[in-house]
Amino acid sequence: MAPVEQRRGFLARLMALPWVAFLVSTLGADRLFAGGGQSASEGGERKFAMGVQVDRCIGCGLCVDACKTENDVLREPFFFRTWVERYQLGSDGEAHVDSPRGGINGFPATEDSPDVMRSFFVPKLCNQCDKPPCVQVCPVGATYKTPDGVILVDHEYCIGCRYCIQACPYGARYLDPRTKTADKCTFCYHRIKQDLLPACVEVCPTQARIFGELGTRSSPLHRMKRMNSIQVLKPELNTSPKVLYSNLDGEVR
Amino acid sequence: MRIWKFPDQVVRLAVLVTIAVVALIVVRQMFVPESFGEIGHYRADSIDTVLAQGIQFAGMQACGDCHDDMVAIKAGSYHRGLTCEGCHGPSAVHVDDPSEALPTIPTGRKPCLRCHDYLPSRPTGFPQIIEALHNPMETCVDCHDPHDPTPPEVPETCGACHAAIARTKAVSHHWSLDCETCHVAQIEHRQQPRANLPTKPTQREFCGQCHADDADSSSSIPRVELATHGGRYICWQCHYPHYPEGR
Repeated sequence: MAPVEQRRGFLARLMALPWVAFLVSTLGADRLFAGGGQSASEGGERKFAMGVQVDRCIGCGLCVDACKTENDVLREPFFFRTWVERYQLGSDGEAHVDSPRGGINGFPATEDSPDVMRSFFVPKLCNQCDKPPCVQVCPVGATYKTPDGVILVDHEYCIGCRYCIQACPYGARYLDPRTKTADKCTFCYHRIKQDLLPACVEVCPTQARIFGELGTRSSPLHRMKRMNSIQVLKPELNTSPKVLYSNLDGEVR
Repeated sequence: MRIWKFPDQVVRLAVLVTIAVVALIVVRQMFVPESFGEIGHYRADSIDTVLAQGIQFAGMQACGDCHDDMVAIKAGSYHRGLTCEGCHGPSAVHVDDPSEALPTIPTGRKPCLRCHDYLPSRPTGFPQIIEALHNPMETCVDCHDPHDPTPPEVPETCGACHAAIARTKAVSHHWSLDCETCHVAQIEHRQQPRANLPTKPTQREFCGQCHADDADSSSSIPRVELATHGGRYICWQCHYPHYPEGR
C-alpha cells in the first residue's frame, strides 16, 4: 500500500472515533474542509449590480443627499457612502478633481476656462467587489459578502481596527465615530431585498444610475451593458467590481 | 507489575494539552457567536440586522397608488425620468399614514437650479439656464409646471429642431445674436430642410463685420486684425460660432 493511502485510511479511521468528530465540529474546522457554505449557496442566488452612466450625470448631488437620509449617514463631510466627483481635464493633460462636501449641495459654478479641455461628473460608491480586499483583511469576519454578492458590515462584531478602510482601493469606507465601526454602502440591502431600488438610484433624475442583476436579461442593467461600452474602476487590481461604468474616461481612478 | 509506564514528562505534557484543548473548546463556546459560520465566515444573524433597517424613501410605485393623476401628467413630460421623492423628499412616513407627515413642496428657484443652473461639466444638451439671464425676478413655477416643465410658449423657430445648438448658443457670448444674423433660411426649409438648406457665412470678412479692427461695433467685442489673424484659416476652423469662447 502506498504511504499516501495509508495516511488517508488512518485519518478516516481517526474521524470514525466519536470524540475526534466532536472536536473538529466544535472548532468549526469542518466548514473549512467543506470549502465554506458560501459557494454552495451562491449558485442559485441573485447577483446585484449597479450601472453608472457617466455621460448622464449632471452633478446635482441628489443621490448623496438621499443616501445620507436613507442610511442615517453623518451629515459632516468625509462620511460618505456615495459621493460625486467633478473631473476637469486640462489642456496640459492634468486632471483636476474636486468634490465639495461630496457634491451633496451640487457643485459651485466654474469659469469656462480655456485651460479646461473637458469636464464631467463621476458618481462613486462601494464597488461591491466580487473579490473584495476589505473582506479578505478583516481579522474577525465582521465584513463579509452575502450570498447575493453584496458586501456588508456587522456593526456588532466589528472591532473598529480600520484595516478594511485601508485595504479598500476605492476609498469607499469610513469609520463611523458614533459606533466606532467601519461603515460603507450596502447597495441599500434592506431596500433591494424588498424589490425597491437603492435610494440613490430612486432619486437620480437622469437615470445616470441603474440598478439590476448580473446574468438576468430582464434587467435595465442588461440593456445598459448592451448599449454602452462598459468599464470598471481600477480593473488592474483584479477586484471584479460590480459597479459598472459606461463611457468612463481613462483619467478616472 | 507493569511492563511499561508513561514517562513522567509525557504525562505532565498530556495533562497540559488536555487542559488547553478543554479551555479552547469552552472559550470558543463562550465567544463565537451562535450563527457564526452558518453561511460563511461571518455571523449569519448580521444580515437580519441589516435587513431590519427602516425605509425612508417609499419608491415611486407607492406614490402612484394615490397620486395617479400627477404620475400620469409627469409620465408624458420631460420630467418622466424623475421620481416624486427626488423633489418632494423622502416620504415613507407619509405613505404609511397620509395625514401624518406631508412631503415638502420645493419653493423658489434654488431646487430647480440644482439641476438646471449652467455648469460647464454638465452633459451637452442637458437643459440649463444662466440664472442671472433667465427671468431673474420670476420663480420657475410661474412659467413651468414642474410636473410638465415644457415652457408654455412655442419653441423658437430654429431651436425647435436645432435644440442643442440653440442651448449652446444661449450660454455663449453669442447668446444675443439671432440665427438670422448669420444664416438666411427660406421658409421652405421648414417643410423640406435638406432640399432648402440655409446659407452659412463663407468669408472671414463676415465675422469681421463685428470683430475687425475697424468694425463699427461695440468696443467690448474682441477685435482682431482681419488680414493676418489666424493665417490661412477661416474663423470657424478655430472658433465654434455657436460657442466662440470654447477652445
